[in-house]
Amino acid sequence: MSGANDPYDPKEVAALSPATLTAAVEQAGKDFAAAADLDALAAVKPAHLGDRSPLMTARREIGALPPQARSEAGKRVNETRVAVQTAYDERLAVLRAERDEHVLREEAVDVTLPWDRVQPGARHPVSTLSEYVADVFVAMGYEVADGPEVEAEWLNFDALNFVKDHPARTMQDTFHVAPADSGLVLRTHTSPVQIRALLTRDLPVYVVAPGRTYRSDEPDATHLPAFNQIEGLAVDKGITMAHLKGTLDAFARAMFGENSRTRLRPAFFPFVEPGAEVDVWFPEKKGGAGWVEWGGCGMVHPNVLRASGVDPEVYSGFAFGMGVDRTLQFRNGISDMRYMVEGDVRFTLPFGTEA
Amino acid sequence: MRIPVSWLADHVALPEGTTPEQIADAFVRVGLEVEEVHHLAGVTGPLVAGLVMEIEELTDFKKPIRYCKVDVGNLEEDGETVKPQMIICGARNFREGDTIVAALPGCVLPGGFAISERKTYGRMSQGMICSVAELALGEDHSGILVLPSGTAQPGDDAKELLGLDDAVIELAVTPDRGYCLSARGLARELACAFDADYRDPAMIDVGEADDAVYPVHVEDLEGCRRFVLRRVTGLDPTSPTPWWMRRRLMLAGIRPISLAVDVTNYVMLETGHPLHAFDTTTLRGSLVVRRANAGEKLSTLDGASRELDPDDLIICDDSGPISLAGVMGGASTEITDSTTDVLLEAANWEPATIARVARRHKLPSEASRRFERLVDPALPPAALELAAQLLSRYGDARIERGRTDVGRPLLPAAIAIPLALPDRVAGVNYGRGVTARRLSQIGCRIEVGSSDDGTAVVVADPPTWRGDLNLPADLVEEVLRLEGYHTIPSVLPPAPAGRGLTAAQRRRRTVSRALAATGHVEVLPMPFVSPQTWDAFGLAEDDPRRRTVSLLNPLEAERPELAGTLLPGLFDAVQRNVSRGMRDLALYQVGQVVQPDERQVPAPDLPVDRRPTDAELATLLAALPKQPLHVAAVFTGQRERAGWWGKGRAANWSDAVEAARTVARAAGVELTVTAGELAPWHPGRCAALRIGDAVVGHAGELHPKVVEALGLPARTCAMELDLDGLPLTDERPSPVVSPYPPVLLDVALVADATVPVADVTDAIVAGGGDLVEDVRLFDVYTGEQVGEGKRSLAFSLRLRAPDRTLTVEEATEARDAAVALAAERTGAALRG
Repeated sequence: MSGANDPYDPKEVAALSPATLTAAVEQAGKDFAAAADLDALAAVKPAHLGDRSPLMTARREIGALPPQARSEAGKRVNETRVAVQTAYDERLAVLRAERDEHVLREEAVDVTLPWDRVQPGARHPVSTLSEYVADVFVAMGYEVADGPEVEAEWLNFDALNFVKDHPARTMQDTFHVAPADSGLVLRTHTSPVQIRALLTRDLPVYVVAPGRTYRSDEPDATHLPAFNQIEGLAVDKGITMAHLKGTLDAFARAMFGENSRTRLRPAFFPFVEPGAEVDVWFPEKKGGAGWVEWGGCGMVHPNVLRASGVDPEVYSGFAFGMGVDRTLQFRNGISDMRYMVEGDVRFTLPFGTEA
Repeated sequence: MRIPVSWLADHVALPEGTTPEQIADAFVRVGLEVEEVHHLAGVTGPLVAGLVMEIEELTDFKKPIRYCKVDVGNLEEDGETVKPQMIICGARNFREGDTIVAALPGCVLPGGFAISERKTYGRMSQGMICSVAELALGEDHSGILVLPSGTAQPGDDAKELLGLDDAVIELAVTPDRGYCLSARGLARELACAFDADYRDPAMIDVGEADDAVYPVHVEDLEGCRRFVLRRVTGLDPTSPTPWWMRRRLMLAGIRPISLAVDVTNYVMLETGHPLHAFDTTTLRGSLVVRRANAGEKLSTLDGASRELDPDDLIICDDSGPISLAGVMGGASTEITDSTTDVLLEAANWEPATIARVARRHKLPSEASRRFERLVDPALPPAALELAAQLLSRYGDARIERGRTDVGRPLLPAAIAIPLALPDRVAGVNYGRGVTARRLSQIGCRIEVGSSDDGTAVVVADPPTWRGDLNLPADLVEEVLRLEGYHTIPSVLPPAPAGRGLTAAQRRRRTVSRALAATGHVEVLPMPFVSPQTWDAFGLAEDDPRRRTVSLLNPLEAERPELAGTLLPGLFDAVQRNVSRGMRDLALYQVGQVVQPDERQVPAPDLPVDRRPTDAELATLLAALPKQPLHVAAVFTGQRERAGWWGKGRAANWSDAVEAARTVARAAGVELTVTAGELAPWHPGRCAALRIGDAVVGHAGELHPKVVEALGLPARTCAMELDLDGLPLTDERPSPVVSPYPPVLLDVALVADATVPVADVTDAIVAGGGDLVEDVRLFDVYTGEQVGEGKRSLAFSLRLRAPDRTLTVEEATEARDAAVALAAERTGAALRG
C-alpha cells in the first residue's frame, strides 16, 4: 500500500485496475451483508470506506497518474465509491429498521391491562332525565322554574283550588310540618310552582318545573314517599286544549321517538277544568307497543288563575305533570322503584354521566 | 264501585250485542276510570237447583259433616233418569227443605274445579253443594248459598238462575262525580256515551209531603241540609230478601244481611242515596240533629264505643246520640231480626263535615263515601219511596201515610256561557247545536239566547245531582268529554323566545357533572332523619343545627325530621353499600336542605278569590324555612385502588377537600381552604371552606367518635358546601399569554409545622410579584435535619415577564422578595 506522498511506483497502479475495483465492491458488499447488526456494520465500515480502504488508496493513486489517464481512472474510482457507499447505506437502512422494529417489539405492553385505579363516577338517572325533559321544553321556548320542597299549604293546595276538606290534604296522603298550625306541608306535587311562576313572572308564562315531591306512601316497587315530578305550565291569550295536546305530543316524540303520541282521558284534578289523564304510546313497551299511564293535565282552572292574579276572562292556560321516577321506571324497565332512593352504586353506575 | 252489566241494562237501552269491554271503553271515554272487568267465570256441565230432602249428621270426624239427600229433579243423563243425589257437605247453614245449588259430577266450577263422584268421609258423594265464593258470585265462603224458597224448582238450570253470563265492571269514581256511585248515574253516563235511551229509576211519583211521620228538629241546618223520614210498620222480619236483590248486592260487593238492611243498601246502589233505618220502637222522643257535645259517647253498629268530637254531626233522641250522621248508625236503635216497625231516613249532609267525621273515627263507609262527595239533594223522597215499596212488596210491610221533610236543600244555580265557549277552550269547531245537545243530555235545562253584544249564549240549569257544575269551565268540560277528547287536534302553541337556563340552574348542572366526571357517584337518599343523628354528630346542645323542621306524620316514627344538611342521607347510603359489599365509595348529592329560623310563625291562610297583596305574599313566604341548595360528598375505602400499577391509596381528608375544589372550579369561584373545627369533623382534619371571609362549607375526615356512633367505616371523610352560598360569577377572564421563556427556580423553606402551607404559598405569590407565574409545592419534609416541630416546604417557582426575556438576576430578585415576605409573614426561613 502506498500513501499520497509515496514515490511513484508503477506496480502499485494496479490499485486502479478495474479488476481491483470490482473486487473491492464485491468484497464490501459481502462484508456489509454479513454484518448482522449495526455494531458489526460499523466495525467493517473502515475497511471499505475508511482512509485506509482499497478505495481510498486507489483514489490517492489518481494524482500520480499522467493527466490524460486521470479522468478515466477518477471516473472509475468514483463509480466504485458510490457503489460501495450505496451498499453500505442500504445495509445501514435495513439494519436500522431491524433495530427499530426490535426495540419497539421489546417495548410492547399488554394494553388490555385494566386501569381502574380511580373508580368511575355517575349521575343519578332521575337527575339526568329531569334535565333532559327540561331541555326539551327549553328548546320550545319554556323557562325552568323552581320552588321549595317545604311549601305553604296555601300554595300547595288552596291556590290550586283544593277545598279545605279535600282528602288529599289529610295526614294519610300529605306530610304535614309540625306544629299543627304551621300551615306548611312537604309539597305533594310540583304544581305550587305554577302559582309561584304566575305570581312572580310577567305574562305570558311558559315554564317547566322539575323537582322533588312527597306523599305519605309506604315505599314499594311502584311507590316512593319521595319522588320527582316535572310540571309544565303555559298561560297566554288564546291557549286551547289543542295546544295542550300538541305540546304533550311533541314531548312524547322527544322522549319516546317519532312514532309516539299521547291520548287524553277525562279525569278530575282540582286545579284544572277540563282535566285529563295522559297516556303515552310507548313503542318499546314490554310485550308490545302500547299505552302507558303517564300523568295528569288539563286547562288551568279559572280559580287558580284568579288566585294568582291572572284574569281568566283574558288569559287561559294549560298545565301538565309527570312522574320522573315513573317515566324512568317504564322507559328503562326498572323492576323496583326503591332502587332510586337506596343509593346503591350498582344502580347508578350503569347510567354513566349522561343517561 | 262495582256494578253488574245486567243492572245497567235495566236503565239504559244498550245497543244489541254490546260487550262488557265496549261498556268499559265507553266509561273511560266519558271520564270514568275502569279498574277491571270481571266476567263471572264460566261454569260447564250440570249445575242445578236442588232441594235438601234429608240430612244425616256424621259425627265420627274432627268436624261435623253432613251427608245430604238432594232432590235435583228429573234430569235425563245418558238416557237415564238421575235420582236424588247423595252429597257430602261441611257447611251447616241450611236445613231440610232448603233450596241450594248443586254441582253434579261432570260440572266444572270457576277456576277449573271439576266435580266428580268420589268417596269422602266414608261415603260416596255425588256432587257438591256450592257456596257463593265457589260460584265466584261474591267473597262469602262461610256457608253454602241458600236460595229463598220458591226461587227455583229442583233441577232448574242454576247457570241461568245465577246469571253466570253476566259481567261486573269495577270503577274508580273521582270526587267530582258522586252521582256515579250508583246504577242510576252510571247508566246515565252510558246513555250519553252511546247516545242511547235512558230510564231514570228515581223518576217515580212520591206525592207531596203532606204530613210528618216522626217529629224532628234540625238544629244545625249548615251540616244537615235536608232530613226526610218515611215509616213502614208490620214488616215480617223473617221475610227473605229476594234472590235477585241478594245477587246484585253480592256482585256489588255488599254482604246480604236481612231484608230491611238489604233494601236500604240496594236503594243506595240503585239511586246513589244512602239510607238509614231505625227500629222505630227503640226511639225515645223526637229526633234532634246537631253537633256533638264534648264528652258525649256513641256505640256504633260495629260494636265500638266512640268518644264524640264537637265537630261530629249526630242524630239524637231523648236517650242521647243514636247515630253518627251520614257515617254509621248506633247500636241502640239498629234493625234486628225482630224489627217490624222501621223508620227510614234519607238526609242530605254537608260533604266536608262527613269527610272529617269519617276520617276522625277512621270509619270509611259506603254512606260516607257518597256523602263526602255530593248526593242529589232532590233524591230523598224518591229513595225512601223505593225502599218503602220494596219492604212492602217483599216483607209485607204497610207504608204509613205521610213523610217528614225538613231543611233547605242546596240546588245548583243556572250558569250562562257563550255558546262557542267549548269551541274556544278546546280549539275545535264543534258543529251547530252540539253544546246545547250535550248539556241537555247530562240533564241540564237549556235556554239559548243572545247577550247584549249579540253573542249566542246558553243558560244551563244543572240537574240536582250535578252540584259539581258551578262554573262555565265545568260546563265546557261536559261538552268536551262527551264529544270525546280524541276529537281535539294536536297544535303547538306559539311560545315566545325563552331565555334559557338561569346562571344558577346552569351551575347546578355543571357542578353535578364535574363531580360525576371526577369519580363521584350521585345518590338521592330520602331526607327523613332521626333526632338522635345530632347526638351521633356530636353537636352541642345549643348547636343551631339541632333546630330542624319536623313532620307531624312521619312514615317512620323515629325519623320525623328534615335535616339542614345532606350528610345523614349520604351516611345511610354508605352504610347500605358497605353492608352489600361495596366498600370503595365516593358518593355525592345535590339537593335542598331545610333550615328553619329561630322564630317560626305559622304560614297565613290567604284568600283565593284574588291575588294576594304583596304584603300578604311576603308574610306567607317569610313563614317558610330557608331551603338552600347544598352539595355534599362522602368518601370511604380506597380512593385509588391497588393494582398491577402498584399500591392503592385510602380515601382521606384531601379527597373531601378536593371535591370541594372541584365544585368551586365548576362554579367558577375561588375557594379558600383554611383550618376549621366543626362537628362532625375530626378537629385536626377539618377544612373550613371560604369564599372571601364567608364560610360556605366544610370538608375533611369525620371525628372518630362520629364514625363509631354512626357505624361508618373508619376514616370516613365528607364534604358539604352551601351551593346557594357561592356567588354567581360574571367574571370574564382575558388572559395575556407571554411568548417569552420562563425562569424556573426551586426554593425550600423551613417553617413551624403548625404554619399552614396555604399561608406560605400566599406569601410567596404576594412577595414574588407579577413575575411569579406559578408556585407549586413539590415536597414536604420533616425530620432531624430540619429540627423538632419544623418542616421543610419545597416549592418550584415559574417566573416569566410578559414583555421580555427574564434575566436570572431579575428572577432571583423576585424569588428573594418572595422568601422575604414568607419569612416576615410566617417565620419561614430558607433551608440552609
